[in-house]
Amino acid sequence: MSLTWYLVVSALIFCIGAGGVLVRRNPLVILLCIELMLNAANLALVGFSRMHGNMDGQIFALIVMVIAACEVAIGLGLIVALYRRRLPIDVDELRELQG
Amino acid sequence: MSLETYGWLVLAFPLGGAILISLLYKVLPGRAAGVLGTLAIALSFLSAIGAFSELQSLGEEEKQVVAVGWDYAVSNGVDAQVSILLDPLSVLMMLVVSGVSMLIHLYSVAYMGGDRGYARFFAYLNFFVFSMLLLVEAANFVLLIVGWAFVGAASYFLISFWYRRKTATDAGIKAFVINVLGDVGLVLGTFFIFQGTGTLDFLKTFAEVDQVFSVNDGDLVAGCILLLVGAFAKSAQVPLHTWLPDAMEGPTPVSALIHAATMVTAGVYLIARMHTLFEQAPAAGDVGAIIGCLTLLIAATIGLVVTDLKRVIAYSTMSQIGYMVMAVSSAGYAAGMFHFMTHAFFKALLFMAAGSVIAAMAGIQNLDRMRGFRRAMPFTFGCMIVGGLALSGIPPFSGFFSKDEILALLFARDDWHIVLGVLGYVGALLTAIYTFRMIFRAFYGEPCEEARELEHGHLFHAEHPTNPMTGEIEDTDVGFPGPEHHIAEREFPMKVAMGALAVLATIGGVVQIPGVNEGLHHFLEPTFADSSLYAELEPSTTATIIGMVVGAGLGLLGIFIAYTLWVKRPEAPARIRERFAFAHKVFVNKWYFDEAIDIVFVRPTAWLGRFFATTFEQVVVQGAFVGGASGLVGLASAAVRRVQTGYLRYYAALLLMGITSLGAYFLISA
Repeated sequence: MSLTWYLVVSALIFCIGAGGVLVRRNPLVILLCIELMLNAANLALVGFSRMHGNMDGQIFALIVMVIAACEVAIGLGLIVALYRRRLPIDVDELRELQG
Repeated sequence: MSLETYGWLVLAFPLGGAILISLLYKVLPGRAAGVLGTLAIALSFLSAIGAFSELQSLGEEEKQVVAVGWDYAVSNGVDAQVSILLDPLSVLMMLVVSGVSMLIHLYSVAYMGGDRGYARFFAYLNFFVFSMLLLVEAANFVLLIVGWAFVGAASYFLISFWYRRKTATDAGIKAFVINVLGDVGLVLGTFFIFQGTGTLDFLKTFAEVDQVFSVNDGDLVAGCILLLVGAFAKSAQVPLHTWLPDAMEGPTPVSALIHAATMVTAGVYLIARMHTLFEQAPAAGDVGAIIGCLTLLIAATIGLVVTDLKRVIAYSTMSQIGYMVMAVSSAGYAAGMFHFMTHAFFKALLFMAAGSVIAAMAGIQNLDRMRGFRRAMPFTFGCMIVGGLALSGIPPFSGFFSKDEILALLFARDDWHIVLGVLGYVGALLTAIYTFRMIFRAFYGEPCEEARELEHGHLFHAEHPTNPMTGEIEDTDVGFPGPEHHIAEREFPMKVAMGALAVLATIGGVVQIPGVNEGLHHFLEPTFADSSLYAELEPSTTATIIGMVVGAGLGLLGIFIAYTLWVKRPEAPARIRERFAFAHKVFVNKWYFDEAIDIVFVRPTAWLGRFFATTFEQVVVQGAFVGGASGLVGLASAAVRRVQTGYLRYYAALLLMGITSLGAYFLISA
């Protein structure tokens, strides 16, 4: 089975994730979409690793997972903080930082 | 002591006096500041005598000594040193400047007695003398320019001495501005010459000038004409003379100092000092001679009609300086310097006498108001007569010899200079007329109220001191003339100063009597050794005798005319005035020089100033430069601000687009 299919699936998932980040307004969903993008990247890394017979790619994927976990922790923390302050759970409403 | 030491001492004493008086002005009691100032100048004069005797002991060939104090700015190509040049010319100037200044200081000790700015006056006066001595002793162009500018500044201080008088401060500003114009000319002229010779030192310049420049070389003529601009501004020659009559706003001793010893003779000295340059550029010398001749005639005609006592003498100064400029520009150096010396004596004397009369009039200077002071002020009258006779060139007074020497030399040139000589004789006649017009009007006739009061032993004091020019009532506090007036009859220092000058004005001619004694000519020879004309320009004996007879005759004729018009037939002047109404109008309005300068320079400049203030600054500077720059920044920041929407998804999209396009670029280029 050629590498192409892995990469096609990876690209599809990445695009779905990116599209989700762009179109959804709920921060929770945006966080999920970011996870999708990261995992698409992981899939590509593992795929390359298998093809070249080099373990570096898989180790890199593991590291990405760790980072993703951290990122989710911070993201969820922010969402909880928003919820506690009774702010709207909508990224379009949170735009005080405009110029 | 050596010659160099004396040279430095001549400078050190007045400077020290100025500094000392400035520092101690609060603690000096009574007339101590005046005594201190006079002492400083007296010591300077003694040093000048010392320098003279040292110079005389040197050999003919060695009589040009340069004393270097220290290097000021010496680098490759520039040799600006603080150095003084001691030669017969500068020593003669030092002697006359410090000697006459000493007597003027002595006079001021009493004359300025009632003034609140007494110490300030003497500090300025000492500084003025120091500046002038620096100018005449300078051995290079840099120091000359420094002295030149110092003299201008000092004259500004002294003309505006009564600084709460509007007319006085205006006159000071006028003098300063015109003098700065001259400074610019001097500096630019120096550049022209420095560019050719590559040295700032006088002696080196003179040595090189005939190798570097050909005769009437364009650069050299331009440089010399620019030097002449400087000389004209300082020496009040047409058309840069308008500051001089206005300078009469200063106290009378200042007028004496400016006119007799310092300042106005600086231009004459400059031309004499630069004679090597002017002989290499005869065209520039001709300009000087013609302007000098014009000035002497114009000033003499104005002097005929001016009704202000001090301004009559001021115009006579202009006229006499015209003779000197004419002489030194036509290679009559010794004659010019001789006239400078005698003029210093009799002009200082005339101003002192005028100051005494003005004091008796309680500050009024108008000749129309003065009459019959002859009996009330015999000493002043005597001094005035001596000064007037010397000025008119009556033998055996000093002015007779010096003026005739100038005119005889012009005739000896035997070319178009003869025209200048003839006009010089016309000027001599006018000189005698206006001088004795002034004397007859002030001293003869029925005594006026002030004179009668003085005859009864009481000095007139105005109920309200007023400005003689505008009639405004003035305070007698600091910044205005003081409440007390001092006349020569009652003040010993004034009497001594005037007496000494009267003697000098009478016998000053003995240093140079044609055919008998060539003392001054011989003394100055080392300075002018490189002059091609100095030695050979010698009027014949018959020409000299004819010139002297004509000169004396014209002087006596002038006095006779003045006597007829203003003593014997006092109604005649009014008739003449009506007969020549046009000429009278031109003379009274000073040939409209002030008006012409106003139209040609002052108004366009003022208009340009207004244009730049209102239009240029508002539109171009404020609108285009300042407004344009800030507007540009504002526009750019508005555009950037628009990008910062605050929408998270928008930023994400931008990020994505950016990375995608970056990736696409690398993929395509790979």
